[in-house]
Amino acid sequence: MNGSTTGYHIRSKNAGPFWLTVDIFCDDAATYQRLCRDARLAHATIGTLLRTDTPSIKTFHIDALNVIKISLPRPVVQGALDDRDMHGAAWANLVRESLAA
Amino acid sequence: MTEQVKILVPSGALGAGNNRAPEPFDRGVREKPDVIAVDAGSTDSGPHYLGSANPKPSRAVLRSELRQLMVARAELGVPLIVGSCGTSGADNGVNIMRDICADIARELGQTVRVACLYSEQSADTVKQALREGRIRALQPERPIDEALIDRCSHIVGLMGVEPIIHALEQGADIVLAGRTTDTALMAAVPVMRGLPAGAAWHAAKTLECGALCTTAPTVGAVLATVDGTGFTIEALSEGGRATPRTVHAHMLYENADPFVLTEPGGVLDVTDATYTALDERRCRVEGSHWLPSQAYTMKLEGAAPAGYQGVILNTIRSPRYIQRFEEWISTLEARVRKTIEARLGLSSADYHLQFRAIGRDGTLGALETQTDTQPLEIGVMGIVTTPDAARTKEVLSMLNSPMLHFALPDDEEMPTHAFPFSPASMDRGVVYEFVLHHVMTVSDPIAAVRFNLETLGVPA
Repeated sequence: MNGSTTGYHIRSKNAGPFWLTVDIFCDDAATYQRLCRDARLAHATIGTLLRTDTPSIKTFHIDALNVIKISLPRPVVQGALDDRDMHGAAWANLVRESLAA
Repeated sequence: MTEQVKILVPSGALGAGNNRAPEPFDRGVREKPDVIAVDAGSTDSGPHYLGSANPKPSRAVLRSELRQLMVARAELGVPLIVGSCGTSGADNGVNIMRDICADIARELGQTVRVACLYSEQSADTVKQALREGRIRALQPERPIDEALIDRCSHIVGLMGVEPIIHALEQGADIVLAGRTTDTALMAAVPVMRGLPAGAAWHAAKTLECGALCTTAPTVGAVLATVDGTGFTIEALSEGGRATPRTVHAHMLYENADPFVLTEPGGVLDVTDATYTALDERRCRVEGSHWLPSQAYTMKLEGAAPAGYQGVILNTIRSPRYIQRFEEWISTLEARVRKTIEARLGLSSADYHLQFRAIGRDGTLGALETQTDTQPLEIGVMGIVTTPDAARTKEVLSMLNSPMLHFALPDDEEMPTHAFPFSPASMDRGVVYEFVLHHVMTVSDPIAAVRFNLETLGVPA
């Protein structure tokens, strides 16, 4: 998890067929504290970005690991006819690009 | 109460087929574990495996990996537990593993008591539970009725530790379980021997993906020792380490809530857990809690056919067509739909048609934010799904000619677009969808499970 140019790494993955989870691993506490306050990770922003029901979004701050975890209902149920990403891998890119913009 | 239980996990998933070095697992065997436990299933690859009840790995791979475990189990004289057999945990997956196990036992000259645990639920069972108010939707809520239950080709209930413990108490050497929670198959022996449930379930959660909770995730094997006050995770590869960070971080993986895990019969709460490095290889965890539930629930997974599907693919490399791609594909789609109506008499409600622009927004579709860049080429995938195999083939055939020759509206010449295959289309057969996101309350943790205990291999 070290050596990133941004100070953090982001991954996304299914948490079962109906949930998606985005983990943001910060390299240090300063980056973590900064991202904890970042409006681009607020539920309303994430809900719009990932096209999901905003009140259902959950955020967890894990101080011991400098990790922010965002969990949300999958925009499309895994494997449904309209699903394009069976393992939920690509959504992390949207969050990463939003933070970099 | 036993003082401690050592759990050896050979890999994150039986049948993953990775070419792993034998040493980490052999090191674990030398530690004389009390049980070998491994998960063999998941919903992670999508609804096909539950819908069809066929396993994802080949039988040859399953056989190869199970053989290694059966040799070690016999040497150690300890139980071997395989959970979620056949990827989905449907009855067919258990039967396939049972046949492979019988074959290996004969080959090795072993006599083994094998318990098969079947947790597939009939539509009648689930409908009865629905009528009795014993089905509850999880968030996000999905609608359920008897017609939906009847649509499912297979429904499985996720087992907790109780059926596995029951099988071990009946004398099983090997437990081949249908759908279990990833954690139950690893928590079963420490719970059975009276060790604290919080430590047992938290250790099991940490072990569920094998060595993913260490600095050497690809080696597969990992060892946990559960005792009266907590548990210790030990990396088994040369140079591998189980650190407070790698062990703690695993609570995040494929898990919507990193502090709380709901299981059949209770809830694991790791909010107060502490993670301490013992040495280079080992991490100690204490302070995990298990809160028993008032009602015993089994999570249900159900997959239903969504139709017969076929796909067709071409690639667009012309800069002119890439530049005006949206205009081209929307005009093409409108033309195709009109032709389907005219020639086949089908309305848009009779079939599902979707074009995906691979290389442009094929992965994210409407969620894609980078829409102002122009790719060098675009793969156009036409996907057709209908309730009837012949109809799917007919609709798919109507896409072939336009995708080969369709021109921009003002283009007088007939272009030819690139096709990578002959035939251009591919039959994907029946595709499935997950339709259940519910739990079923049961009065008895083992009543919803069917058991079969038999002696396999050579006569004793």
